Amino acid sequence: MKAVRLRVALTAALAFFLAATAGHQAQAGAGGIEAKFEYCTTCHGPSAQGFRGFYAMPRLAGQQPQYIENQLHAFLERRRLNPVMANVAHGITPDMIPALAAHMSALNPPPVGGAPAGDAALGKEIFTNGLPDQNVPACSACHGPDARGQREIPRLAGQLYWYMVSTLSIWSSERGQGGRQDISWIMRPTVANLTPKEVQALAEYVSALR
Amino acid sequence: MKNFRTKMAVLAISFATTGALQADDLSVRNCTWCHGTSAQGYYEAPRLAGQREDYLINQLHAFAAHERDEFLSTKYMWNAAAHLDSLTLRNLAAYFSALPPESAKDGDSALAAEGKIIFEDGVPNENIAACQACHGPEAQGVREIPRLGGLSYSYLKRRLEEWSQGQDAWGIPMPKVARSLSPNQIAAVASYLSFVGGESSEK
Repeated sequence: MKAVRLRVALTAALAFFLAATAGHQAQAGAGGIEAKFEYCTTCHGPSAQGFRGFYAMPRLAGQQPQYIENQLHAFLERRRLNPVMANVAHGITPDMIPALAAHMSALNPPPVGGAPAGDAALGKEIFTNGLPDQNVPACSACHGPDARGQREIPRLAGQLYWYMVSTLSIWSSERGQGGRQDISWIMRPTVANLTPKEVQALAEYVSALR
Repeated sequence: MKNFRTKMAVLAISFATTGALQADDLSVRNCTWCHGTSAQGYYEAPRLAGQREDYLINQLHAFAAHERDEFLSTKYMWNAAAHLDSLTLRNLAAYFSALPPESAKDGDSALAAEGKIIFEDGVPNENIAACQACHGPEAQGVREIPRLGGLSYSYLKRRLEEWSQGQDAWGIPMPKVARSLSPNQIAAVASYLSFVGGESSEK
């Protein structure tokens, strides 16, 4: 009886050892992903909360995984023109993209904040109801009333203020270069109908959302 | 005598309105003793001329708070910053940031081309981020992010080596960046930057 117990214990120990080794190997495989994630956060902030460098690096935390995947492909296919990110995307293998996107979307740090105080009430009005007289639809119609986005439509909640301002200001020269089939194309008339003051108000409003 | 009085009045007014420091003010001389009379850097002490004002303010606070802790900072700058009142600190940052910077040009010119590629594009396959994303395409810096163009090779190389060894862990994300670089890549980036012009219209 004692011998049986010992054998069971040994078998259990062996099984545990094998499982631990297998787990370690799986982790070593994911080490590529882990290292790549660390690379992303060099610029996008330690918790992917976004960072204002010389250029504004967007928050990726909590972002819709399908949006991240689509944008990485857009950099590679030159549907979105961004010299820094085109290089970065070439250093990410296709099999890494879903894992990175999933990793980013699972993070939930608080917004960076720091937006200059402006007309956040105007931002909320544009986000919720749009500006019908200017042909600006309500952002919430696609980005959701909570600004969390869906599928290839990005989350805006908690996005870095300076990134929101810059990306809306240069939209048509950077995005939607692939034509109408590119989902970013749909934003072109909308951003053209927003004044800089309205862009700032919108950016201030969404940058504070959690 | 009248002339003298007028001069003193003008001096007093200009001082009271701008608070601007002069090269022979004691607080400036305390800095230039090590950083060079025109603040272009001298031996281990980096160039301050043309450095970003917000960066200088931020770093002086970090020395005083013992947050920036690489060896030479603990040895010199912790003491130097310990007794600066906030007005003097801001005046010093304004004074040095307004001086025209000169490029050290003391790196290895044979490595500069490789350094330029790392600075502008990074090395995506090796998870090395592009320096320009934060420091700007002309290495001019912005706000609390320092201007790197034209700093001395020895200073740039030393700082990257210190970060890679775990010193000044406060300087996020630089420890991570420095650890991603090989010794040759550090030498290349430091060489390239030492030749970059210090002047830029962007502030």
